[in-house]
Amino acid sequence: MMEKLIFGRYIPGDSLIHKLDPRAKLMGSMFFIGIIFLANNWQSYALLFLFTMAVIFLSKIKLSFFINGVKPLIWLILFTVILQVLFTGGGTIYFSWGPITVSQEGILNGVYIFCRFVLIIFMSTLLTLTTMPLSLTDAIEFLLRPLLAVKVPVYEIALMLSIALRFVPTLMDETEKIMNAQRARGVDFGEGNIFQQMKAIVPLLIPLFVSSFNRAEELATAMEARGYQGGEGRSKYRLLRWETRDTVVIIAYALLTIGLIFLRK
Amino acid sequence: MDKIITLKNISYQYHTTDDKPALNNISLSIEAGEWVAIIGHNGSGKSTLAKTINGLIAPNQGEVTVGGLILSEQNIWEIRKLVGMVFQNPDNQFVGSTVQDDVAFGLENQGIPREEMIERVIDAIERVKMTEFIEKEPARLSGGQKQRAAIAGVVALRPAIIILDEATSMLDPQGRQEVLSTVKAIKEKANLTVISITHDIDEAANANRIMVIKDGELIQEGTPEEIFMSGEKLIEMGLDLPFPEKLKLSLKERGIDVPANYLTEEGMVDWLWTLFSTK
Repeated sequence: MMEKLIFGRYIPGDSLIHKLDPRAKLMGSMFFIGIIFLANNWQSYALLFLFTMAVIFLSKIKLSFFINGVKPLIWLILFTVILQVLFTGGGTIYFSWGPITVSQEGILNGVYIFCRFVLIIFMSTLLTLTTMPLSLTDAIEFLLRPLLAVKVPVYEIALMLSIALRFVPTLMDETEKIMNAQRARGVDFGEGNIFQQMKAIVPLLIPLFVSSFNRAEELATAMEARGYQGGEGRSKYRLLRWETRDTVVIIAYALLTIGLIFLRK
Repeated sequence: MDKIITLKNISYQYHTTDDKPALNNISLSIEAGEWVAIIGHNGSGKSTLAKTINGLIAPNQGEVTVGGLILSEQNIWEIRKLVGMVFQNPDNQFVGSTVQDDVAFGLENQGIPREEMIERVIDAIERVKMTEFIEKEPARLSGGQKQRAAIAGVVALRPAIIILDEATSMLDPQGRQEVLSTVKAIKEKANLTVISITHDIDEAANANRIMVIKDGELIQEGTPEEIFMSGEKLIEMGLDLPFPEKLKLSLKERGIDVPANYLTEEGMVDWLWTLFSTK
């Protein structure tokens, strides 16, 4: 049940998008979030929409997964949209009351912001749906590598990330076990008012914390016994391979950017 | 035969304020290719002893020699290459995200080139008969399978010595059997020295020699036949009764009426949860 929150996300598959190098996907997604701010009229937004729909189609993942990705954030999005609509002036004014004005410009801005949110969520959902968390860690490690020059412990950060990801299911299991143990002792989870519910979490969190620290210590000992001496001088078992299709991704993004610059006002 | 491990007058104390040292002037030696079981109660110092062998703990006094090298700050990583260790909790020693990543972890640490690494990973996983699980994440493995993956991680490093630090104590009987037969097979093939720290009578029976540790001291050593002759005193030495029997004993001590007949684990659970039921 809880696993769905984070880990139901990766959907194994063998589409073109799945096979892309995680570095290409990660860079692409970040770049997309950047260039989305170039769009400022319906033509440019239409282009972005077409692009997004095309890659979603290529990933062979059902559109409903992406719409589900938007759902948890819908209130935040609507709130931002309403603020835009109510407080932006310009163009024909349809309604005005004190500082609140509903104008043509405001409505247009609201629609654009809505589109922006949805597109960003679609793209980042696509990234997590088609990329194994582990591959993402590898990509992050690679992209952070320039920071080695300023003494950022990049290898250690990447190892920490991958260990954290590896332990999520383990800790979920453990939470489940502790919950059952506490239930057997009469604790009610998910009942009563918000304060009672929060109180019920304490006997869950404390054992979980204690055992996590114990785990960390044992894990550190085990790592040391297996010769871990820090990130320097380690070789890598996993290899990322950059292929022609990954270069194509970069070219596609370049073309998209040029298209946007042409279409925007 | 060559002595591969020699401990000379080892003493160790976790905190200077402890009134008793964890290890008190222990001397012993282990020959290459031998299987030695170390038994003793919880807190007797047997795990501490194991950790002194590969330098996870530096003894306050005494000298550790492994493979002809006297353990010191300078050669500690050399010695750790010789000594592979499998720990108690299957989850807390699984570093990689999948079986193959975990087996590769130790090789990555040594900076082994990738081609050789792949060969050694596949070979080690084959030896513990985990080939079909090579891509699996730890969450999808049983305890016994995780321990076998841990053994593969050790085997891939080609050590001369394997220390099993209560490696089977958290497993069900089947997992325990899996792990023991895996270790046995690997030991035969590679002529490894095995040190197993255990409460399990079957595991101890596999050994050529059993050492009994009590309060940080080596109090007895001998072949399994010699040690097992002590009968009931075995429990005193730290070999385990089956868990339900142990629970029954401690319940009895607290004045609770327990059924006299032998209970399986399931039978114990059934008896326990109906204990206060009023039908």
